[in-house]
Amino acid sequence: MTGSVRTRRRSIHRQTGTGLLFVAPFTVLLVAFLLFPLGYAFKLSLYRSTLIGGDVFSGLGNYQDVWADPEFRQGVVRVVIFGLVQTPVMIGVALIAALMIDAITSRFTKFFRLAMFAPYAVPVAIGALMWGYLYSPDLGPLHADLLTGPLALISMGNIVTWQWAGYNMIILYAALQGLPREVLEASRVDGAGQLRTAISVKIPMISSALVLTVIFTIIGTLQFFTEPLLLQPLNPGTITNSYTPNIYAFYQAFSYQQYNYSAAVSFALGAVVFVGSYLFLFFARKRSGLQ
Amino acid sequence: MTTLTKDSPISIPSRGRHSRREGDLGRPRGPGSVLSYAVLILMFGYFLLPFWWILVASTKSNDSLFSSPALWFGDNGLIDNLREVFTFNDGIYLRWMLNSAFYAAVGGVGATVVSALAGYAFAKLRFPGRNLLFNVLLGLIMVPATALVLPTYLLLSRAGLVDSIWAVILPTLLNPFGVYLFRVYANDMVPEEMLEAARIDGASELRIFRSVALPVMRPALVTVLLFSIVSTWNNFFLPLVMLSNDRLFPLTVGLRTWYRTATINSGASVLFNLVIVGSLLAIVPLVAAFLLLQRYWQGGLTVGSIK
Repeated sequence: MTGSVRTRRRSIHRQTGTGLLFVAPFTVLLVAFLLFPLGYAFKLSLYRSTLIGGDVFSGLGNYQDVWADPEFRQGVVRVVIFGLVQTPVMIGVALIAALMIDAITSRFTKFFRLAMFAPYAVPVAIGALMWGYLYSPDLGPLHADLLTGPLALISMGNIVTWQWAGYNMIILYAALQGLPREVLEASRVDGAGQLRTAISVKIPMISSALVLTVIFTIIGTLQFFTEPLLLQPLNPGTITNSYTPNIYAFYQAFSYQQYNYSAAVSFALGAVVFVGSYLFLFFARKRSGLQ
Repeated sequence: MTTLTKDSPISIPSRGRHSRREGDLGRPRGPGSVLSYAVLILMFGYFLLPFWWILVASTKSNDSLFSSPALWFGDNGLIDNLREVFTFNDGIYLRWMLNSAFYAAVGGVGATVVSALAGYAFAKLRFPGRNLLFNVLLGLIMVPATALVLPTYLLLSRAGLVDSIWAVILPTLLNPFGVYLFRVYANDMVPEEMLEAARIDGASELRIFRSVALPVMRPALVTVLLFSIVSTWNNFFLPLVMLSNDRLFPLTVGLRTWYRTATINSGASVLFNLVIVGSLLAIVPLVAAFLLLQRYWQGGLTVGSIK
């Protein structure tokens, strides 16, 4: 931090120009593809299109309709239940795998890490399509229809687990690898076994990484869309056009041209996800004392 | 879940942060580790099962798909399948593949450049509105991308841009999470003294960025680039909504139309073997990319969880 006052002032002046130049493309994109669409969706959701009067302001009327809409409600209940089951199952699988490969390091675990992460590289649409074949009564190994009734949601949960558990495992494993060696050593000296160390020392110490994986999972499950849309032709009776809120919004807009209603659905869903993830983050941070 | 959570957390291999714990290698192995191995091997089979299935299924003709065991080989139709997938419907599959590659390359490189510039500026340059803008970014980082697809579609359709490559590329250039990660990385890894020294030597800010900061930020650049390319290649919802001309489809949307037609007609017009070989070819480049660039994602995402 040396240099005369004048050089310093000139440097700050130049930094201003360059700084503005560097953030300009990002700012334009942020406004054009985030702030503006967000505002536009909100505005749309406050109007109704009528046959004679054109677009009419209706205040929160669309939201009242959405709230009272049984199809929307069923979809919300479905993704919430899905999230409540899916999150612990998938994060559990990821955590168990991460703890085991952290405890036993060998050539096999290195290979295992790759295998478990590989599904992440598969496009979600194609992952759903592959499992769709495995679930098919004609082509699948079980020769049973795994996409009827309540079984459908479980089968789709399996696709999500397959696709994302490895990704979460990598996050958790990296956190485990970053733990200070002395603490683990101390736990071993105290006579704690591998299991005990994992439960009482390792898991609490990687709580921030766990919180992160849980948040990403919740956000993802509430927005559940691609898997049910892809598998819909296999069983349109079970996977309806209002199966999840996102699918509902999609069909409202692109099959029925109900843009205002669709905007209200996706804005409401977006608000729930947004507020929910911040609340979760807030409380999780408070409880675990993270910064 | 949806591919549109494009703000996928990105691993930044940070130097020295995770030093390997050497003691792991020489640990005694007890019955616990035998159980661990058993569980791991079961999981290993589970995660690789669909890959095995698609490899085997790709070698079968459409008839054989129905008549042979699902997880074992039938007749040998791989060559025919490959020929058919590239010639069916005037070779539209190749077109989809090139589209995917183009969107992924332009979108991935573009998103990385935009994020790197902004992240560096937020970390290392002083300019008016910096904190305000960064707080706006932090506040909006959790806005679910799927909520934005419909209004973006309506806005772009007013601008006459839907059903064009721009409708797919422009929205993918915005990656708030990438900006955040570059800011953290630049903050931790680019020493202030180096920048000061270069300034005193009279180097322009642009030059400092290029010759001092960029080389230091290279691991982050590769990582963000890898994840941006993958998320664009895997993108489904955005192109599904934006495009109606099938000559512009990426692989994900194109294969879905084949799959739908095949399923609805029980394989009468488009054949299942085409969908299967098409899917296999669509995942090979990405799995290969992840295998080759292991060190850029294996370090794991720690930045997001620590900060």
